Amino acid sequence: MNNPELVVTTSPHVRAEDTVSKIMWSVVIALLPAVFAAVYFFKARAISIVLAGVVGAVISEYVFQKVRDKKITIYDGSAVVTGMLLALTLPPSIPLWTVFIGAVVAIVLGKQVFGGIGHNPFNPALVGRAFLVAAYPVLMTDWSVDGVSGPTPLALMKSEGAATDTWRLFVGQIGGSLGETSALALLLGFAFLLYKGYVNWRIPLGMISTVFVLTYIFGENPTFHIFAGGLMIGALYMATDMVSSPTTKNGRWIFGIGAGAIVVIIRLWGGYPEGVLFSILLMNAAVPLINRYTKPRSLGEVK
Amino acid sequence: MAVKFKELFSVFRNGIWKENPIMVLVIGMCPTLAVTNSAENGLAMGLATAFVLISSEIVISTIKNFIPANVRIPSFILIIATFVTFTDYFVKAFFPTIAASLSIFIPLIVVNCLILGRQEAFASKNPVHKSIADAVGMSIGFTWVLTLLGIIREFFGMGSVFGLQILGEWYNPMVIMLLPGGAFLTLGLMVGIYNHINREVE
Repeated sequence: MNNPELVVTTSPHVRAEDTVSKIMWSVVIALLPAVFAAVYFFKARAISIVLAGVVGAVISEYVFQKVRDKKITIYDGSAVVTGMLLALTLPPSIPLWTVFIGAVVAIVLGKQVFGGIGHNPFNPALVGRAFLVAAYPVLMTDWSVDGVSGPTPLALMKSEGAATDTWRLFVGQIGGSLGETSALALLLGFAFLLYKGYVNWRIPLGMISTVFVLTYIFGENPTFHIFAGGLMIGALYMATDMVSSPTTKNGRWIFGIGAGAIVVIIRLWGGYPEGVLFSILLMNAAVPLINRYTKPRSLGEVK
Repeated sequence: MAVKFKELFSVFRNGIWKENPIMVLVIGMCPTLAVTNSAENGLAMGLATAFVLISSEIVISTIKNFIPANVRIPSFILIIATFVTFTDYFVKAFFPTIAASLSIFIPLIVVNCLILGRQEAFASKNPVHKSIADAVGMSIGFTWVLTLLGIIREFFGMGSVFGLQILGEWYNPMVIMLLPGGAFLTLGLMVGIYNHINREVE
């Protein structure tokens, strides 16, 4: 979205070659390293969860649009992206039917009830995850793999104050959701999107640096906090969702910094070990307001 | 007489579907969202509200000419509160378990804007027989939506309906359906389907 052609400015406008489906399929490609990392760490389990998410999202989009007599848009890749992102935020031991339900909720309640792609106020994948967190709290916090249970680094931090080695955090050799473990793989995919110019760097930069600075001020280990939990996947892929993030440059900074601040508040003083999910959803709700107050003045406009 | 009866019937029918207090007027949201976590609670809340609504509409439409316009709202509230107190004691005496699960929401019927709204909008301007038709229609409209909401939430949240276990051991209940979030989601989808049906009919 930081493509110069897509930034909201005054006319004249330049017509870009990018289409929704081109961008969405690029996001799918960008997510592949994270999927491979998940497969490497969690074996076949990861493949079946990702497949369940994608199949659930695509089927429910197709069925909903068929029922409502709308144009079928499953080929534009947006449902695939939602399904993949949702799957990457789920714990590896989750039953497949839960993944499927989450994908259906993400598409139907997160996107289609608002009018489909381009109209959803919230990130659909996060809506799906939020629903699952509230509906199946036990399943969603079970991090055991092959019967060996391992708490996530953030949970360890919260309960025992134990930090995890930064290198292991970065590479992803830790307990946690499928896609949030390997920061390295997520950054690889993000670099690809940046190269293509499909993604905005202000939101992730604002969000991650806010978390870094705030945790440093409050005497926590800042490198631990930016690589642990879902911050990387949230900041790089979910907060930057084109539909549910602000359209102005200043608005993006506000969005990123606000989301980062909420993450730190929840992590340090909240009941949950992780706050990325709620921080992004809360900031999503504020997007119309942010857009209104950061609207650039048009040329010659007198205040 | 025949024409009049038709008119009464249309007033009665209004509340059940066309001007349904929850689906269309969207009033009385507090009990609607808070107590419908099971079919039994939804039905009990609906019936309790129905009793208060019908009795107070009868009384208010009877004495409407004696209430000075300046103090009509306090007078309405006083009459409503009287019937709510009846209901509260009645439920506590005969259905203690329901009283326990509805707890504060029975006394709170006093401030249910459905009831005050109907007094202000209907009973204070119409004769008694019409007010009864309106109150009964609105009550049925309120009760069926609350009961349906309760059935759906109980089914997904506990796998049962009216306390009867329908889904077996294999079913992993969705906790969210028993929480306020589930009420918002279910009601939102119900209003959506309701509007869709109305559009189809037209």
